[in-house]
Amino acid sequence: MTTTSTAADELLLPVPDEDGAPFWEYAAQGELRVQACAACGRLRFPPRPCCPHCRSFDSEWRRMSGRGRIWSYVRPHPPLLPAYAAQAPYNVILVELADAPHIRLAGNLVTSADAPLDSVDPARLRIGARVHVVFTETGGMAVPRWILEKS
Amino acid sequence: MTATLKDATAIVGIGQTAFARHLPQSEKELACRAILAALADAGIEPSEVDAFASYTMEETDEVEVAKAIGAGDVTFFSKIGYGGGGSCATVGHLASAVATGQATVGVAWRSRKRGSGPRPWKNTAVQLPTPGQWTRPFGLLRPADEIGMLARRYMHEYGATRDHLFNVAMACRNRANANPAAMMYERPLTREMYMTSRMISDPLCLFDNCLETDGALACVVVSAERARDCRQKPVYVHSVAQGLPAQHHGMVNYWNDDPLSGPAWTAARHLWKQADFGPQDVDVAQIYDAFTPLIPLSLEGYGFCGRGEGAAFTEGGALEMGGRLPVNTGGGGLSEAYVHGFNLINEGVKQLRGVSTSQVPDATTCLVTAGEGVPTSAILLRS
Ligand SMILES: [Zn+2]
Repeated sequence: MTTTSTAADELLLPVPDEDGAPFWEYAAQGELRVQACAACGRLRFPPRPCCPHCRSFDSEWRRMSGRGRIWSYVRPHPPLLPAYAAQAPYNVILVELADAPHIRLAGNLVTSADAPLDSVDPARLRIGARVHVVFTETGGMAVPRWILEKS
Repeated sequence: MTATLKDATAIVGIGQTAFARHLPQSEKELACRAILAALADAGIEPSEVDAFASYTMEETDEVEVAKAIGAGDVTFFSKIGYGGGGSCATVGHLASAVATGQATVGVAWRSRKRGSGPRPWKNTAVQLPTPGQWTRPFGLLRPADEIGMLARRYMHEYGATRDHLFNVAMACRNRANANPAAMMYERPLTREMYMTSRMISDPLCLFDNCLETDGALACVVVSAERARDCRQKPVYVHSVAQGLPAQHHGMVNYWNDDPLSGPAWTAARHLWKQADFGPQDVDVAQIYDAFTPLIPLSLEGYGFCGRGEGAAFTEGGALEMGGRLPVNTGGGGLSEAYVHGFNLINEGVKQLRGVSTSQVPDATTCLVTAGEGVPTSAILLRS
């Protein structure tokens, strides 16, 4: 569960571990999926080998609607790693999934999938705001980003 | 018969080096100096030390320390994980070892060159124990970013404001202003300075973050029986606890049902269960303050107020001298030194010896806590 950068001027890429790899494989197909217990059906995040409720080791990956709400957010300012400092202050949001509110994914609110991390006017950041997922291609991986729903 | 740690051991020596943004000595040398100072304070020969405890993040091993200070045969050694969550557990582990006869003289320490040394987010090969694949790529890089996320939610849910966080920063700074050893000695803070300072991770500004410090501290734990013959007045280890809540996720505690009730709640339940007194009887508290929001969250967790009331608790000078609960009387991590919270342990001892630079009159009980947000630990001290 480590993360390494590819180059000083690039954003960090996710380094999947064995449990997390399916998440990133589905992301590459444009799907947001969350691990679920194949025995009792409960969702769990972050992914892990065993269900904490029924201790089954059988799991499946369930597709989510990709909709959610902002649970919280921060705006990091430098000092930061160079690629992030270049876009700072940007936003990091925590999205609680509409399908499973206790599953919260860290991400970035952007104006379009490939827009920079600081592309959304900070005045539009609001806890409770509705968002939906998009995916952007970076360094050979698909990474989720989030777009505000039109309200 | 049930074994208990209650008052079975005591802290009889404390030591520290200078605190500064840059010290020329190595971490190893600073560790040895702090440990020798603590032993001298206790009046115990280094050759009598047979137990060591520190943090897993401590880079000077007990092997190095033991041979440098001339310790005898060592029969107990322990290292505690999760960064600042480990501070009080070092004392707890030594208390357990001494109370059960595994050792007789224990030394806990932390030496760190955080001021002049590398910081984790500058070296991506060194990662904190967080699920990095779910957070780092999105620019949630530093502890300040991770705690800032919880702080924003806390402010949203409970009406906490930056003024409440300022109350925390101010209380710590005021105590540091009276402490000649503190990095912020005679360097007052004003509300205007706070409100106009640069953001680190909005909503957290510069003064919501602990200091970058070089320095080391140590303390000596022996049995209560042995403590009576030591040079200093014993400060008894009354209750100890560690806390790793169900479904906890480390610093990024975003994925359990209730991210705003962290490990403090778990540690507190055990701590108070083992104690002869409760939160209302605590004269002074040293609460881990790597970031200001950790104090209101900890005040709730350790039962000084109800859920969501931690911010309001800071109003009206409650954390200041003469207030409801004076905290971090040496200045804390925010204004004395940030050495992973070990200075809070030594400051607790000073209060119960009656020698703090911000002495709470007749203080006989003190709570010391380790990092909130990470798997944590806490101790109750009494004189
Ligand atoms: Zn299950």
